[in-house]
Amino acid sequence: MVEMTRVDAVREIAAGYALHRGPLLPVLHAVQDRFGAIERGDLVAVADVLNLSIADVHGVMTFFHDFRAAPPPTHVVAICRGEACQSVGAERLMADVRADLQEASDVEVHEVFCLGNCALGPSGTVDGRLFGHLTASRVGASLPGRSS
Amino acid sequence: MTRFFVPGDAAAVSVGADEVAAALTGQPGVEVVRTGSRGMLWLEPLVEVDTADGRVGFANVSPGQVGALLADATSVCSREPTASAGPAPEADHPAYLGPLDEHPWMTRQARLTTARLGVVDPADPDDYARHGGWVGLRRALGMAPEAVVEEVVASGLRGRGGAGFPAGVKWRTVAGGPGPLKFVTINADEGDSGTFADRMLMEGDPFALIEGMAITAWAVGASEGYVFIRSEYQHAIATMRRAVETARTGGWLGPDILGSGLAFDVEVRVGAGAYICGEETSMLSTIEGRRGEVRAKPPIPALSGLFGRPTVVNNVLTVAAVPSILADGPEAYAAHGVDRSRGTQVFQLAGNVARGGLVEVDFGITLRDLVEGFGGGTRSGRPVRAVQVGGPLGAYVPADRLDVPLAYEAMADAGFMLGHGGVVVFDDTVDMGRMARFAMEFCAKESCGKCTPCRIGSQRGVETIDRLVAGGTESDRRANLALLQDLCTTMERGSLCAMGGLTPMPVRSALTYFPEDFGLSADGEPR
Repeated sequence: MVEMTRVDAVREIAAGYALHRGPLLPVLHAVQDRFGAIERGDLVAVADVLNLSIADVHGVMTFFHDFRAAPPPTHVVAICRGEACQSVGAERLMADVRADLQEASDVEVHEVFCLGNCALGPSGTVDGRLFGHLTASRVGASLPGRSS
Repeated sequence: MTRFFVPGDAAAVSVGADEVAAALTGQPGVEVVRTGSRGMLWLEPLVEVDTADGRVGFANVSPGQVGALLADATSVCSREPTASAGPAPEADHPAYLGPLDEHPWMTRQARLTTARLGVVDPADPDDYARHGGWVGLRRALGMAPEAVVEEVVASGLRGRGGAGFPAGVKWRTVAGGPGPLKFVTINADEGDSGTFADRMLMEGDPFALIEGMAITAWAVGASEGYVFIRSEYQHAIATMRRAVETARTGGWLGPDILGSGLAFDVEVRVGAGAYICGEETSMLSTIEGRRGEVRAKPPIPALSGLFGRPTVVNNVLTVAAVPSILADGPEAYAAHGVDRSRGTQVFQLAGNVARGGLVEVDFGITLRDLVEGFGGGTRSGRPVRAVQVGGPLGAYVPADRLDVPLAYEAMADAGFMLGHGGVVVFDDTVDMGRMARFAMEFCAKESCGKCTPCRIGSQRGVETIDRLVAGGTESDRRANLALLQDLCTTMERGSLCAMGGLTPMPVRSALTYFPEDFGLSADGEPR
C-alpha cells in the first residue's frame, strides 16, 4: 500500500506539470524534493504520465549531478572546489573535512564547483545552508551533535 | 521608526547577515529592510541605516554588536568613517563607513546595470519604480519594435555571458525569424568560478531583469520567457520566482502589459548541477526536458532555438542593461567604454583578494587597477602571482601582464579572454601545474560527452599533465609536452562548444607563463 501511495503521489506531481512546455526537469525536481530521491518506480511513473520512454527519463536523470537514485544520509556537506575557493585553501579544507568526517556514516561530503560566493571563500554548504570563510571546525560545529 | 537595511544577498547571508537581521528585528523603533548587497563583499554583513543626513553604512556587523549599532546609529553624523579595508577586528562597535555613495570604492564605479543593487527592496516593485524602474519599458512600448532593436544595436551592447555577440544584431535575427511563436530565454546558469554578478542582480534587483525581458519580448515579438537558474542559487531562485509573481500581479507581465497589448509571461526554470548548461544549446535542451547535451550550430538558436522556434538567448547582465539603455538612450550607454567594447562591464573580484566584490566600470580599466586599486592585492598579503580572468575556461594572466586593458579586443589581442568578467586572484603559493591539471579535470567531470575531443581529450589531458609534472627522462618529458600541446590543439579545433574548445586556454597560459611549475625551463623546454 505504501508503494502504491508513493506512485500515486509521483503521478500526481507529473500530471501537475503536464501542460508545461518541457516538463521533465521540473517534475524530477519536484519528485526529489518530496521524496529525497528518484527511485526506479518514480521514474517509471513519470515516464508513463509524461508519455516518455523509461530510457528517456533515465537518460535525463542520470545526466544531471543533482538527481539521486537513493536518498542522501541525514547530513550533506558540499565543499566548493572552484578556482576562486582553491585560491584560498579549498583543497586543504576538503581534505580536513573528509578526515574529520570519515567515520561519520550519517554525513555525506561531496565537492561542488562554485556556489557563487567567490569573494568570501572557501565556501560550502552544510545541509543546504551556505557558509563563507568556511573552516573544518565550522563544518563540525554546524552539524548537530558534533563540535570538532 | 529608523530603517536598517540588511542584505539578504546569499554572500552576506553566508557570513551572518540573517543573524544580524534577526537581532535587529523587534528592537524598539527599528524597521528592518532586506536589500540586495552593494557588492562590497569584504565588508559583509554591511548594514546601512537611514539617518537625518542620509544612508550610512556599518561594516562587518555581528549580532553581538547590534546594541552598539543601535546606539551609534543615532550619533553617527558627527563621526569620521573608520573602516577602509579588510574585515574589521571583532570589537564592541561595528566599523563606521559613512555614506556608501561617497565611499571611494563606489564613487570610482559607473553603476548603470547595478545602480539599484543593495539600495532597493527586491520584493517591492514600487521601490524599483522610485529608483528609475519601468521607465525603459514604458518608453519601449511607445516605440515600434524595430526601433527598440535599433536602439540596442546603437548602444553597442554585447552579450555579457562571455561570447560578446552584439545583442541588438541577435535580436534583429530573432525578430525576422519565422512563425508567430518566439521565446526570450535568460541564461542564469552562472557556473564559472569567480563569477556571481548574475546571482547578485537577481537577488538584489530582480525587476530589472523582468523589465529587460519584457522590452526584449516587445522588440523581437516573443510571447514566452524563461529564466534558467542553476540549482546552486537557491536564494536567487526564490527571489526571482517571487518577483515574477509580483510583476504578473502588477501588470508588468501577463496578457496585456501596461495596457500596451503586449502579452508576455516568464517562468523560472531550475538547473540540476551541470556546468555545461551555461552553454546556450545545452541550456535549451535542458529546458526542453532533455539531456543537457550541446547541439551543433547551425542552426543558430536565434532562428531555431527552444523547441525549434526563434529564441533570444542572453545572459542576465545583458538583458538587465537594456532598461537603462531604453530609459537614457543608446548614446548615453555607448558613451562608456572603449573601441567596440561599449558601455560598462560588471566585474567580479574574487579568490585571494583583500577587497572582493562587484565592480561595474567602463570597459578599458586595466587588470592591475582592478586587482590592486579596487581589490587591494591579495587577502593573504602575499604577492599576486596569477589572475584568472573569464572563469575556468579563461587564461591565467601572470603578475607582470596586469596592465592589459579589460575589453573584448584588447584581451583577445593579448591571448586572454574577458568572458563573464570574473577575476580570480592567486598569491605566490599557487601551483600552476595543479591549476592546469584542474582545468582538464573540471572539463572531464563536466563535459556533456557529446563530442570526443572534449569527453576523452580532457581525461587524457589530466593524465598527460600528471606524467609531465612527474618528470622522467628528458625525452619522456619532451614527448609528454608535445602530446599535451597536440591534445590542446585537437580540443581547440575539434570540440563542438567552448567547454572543450577553451579548456586549453588556462592550460596553455599556465604552460607559457609558469613553465617552472611543470619542471620546464623559462623557454618552455624540458630541463
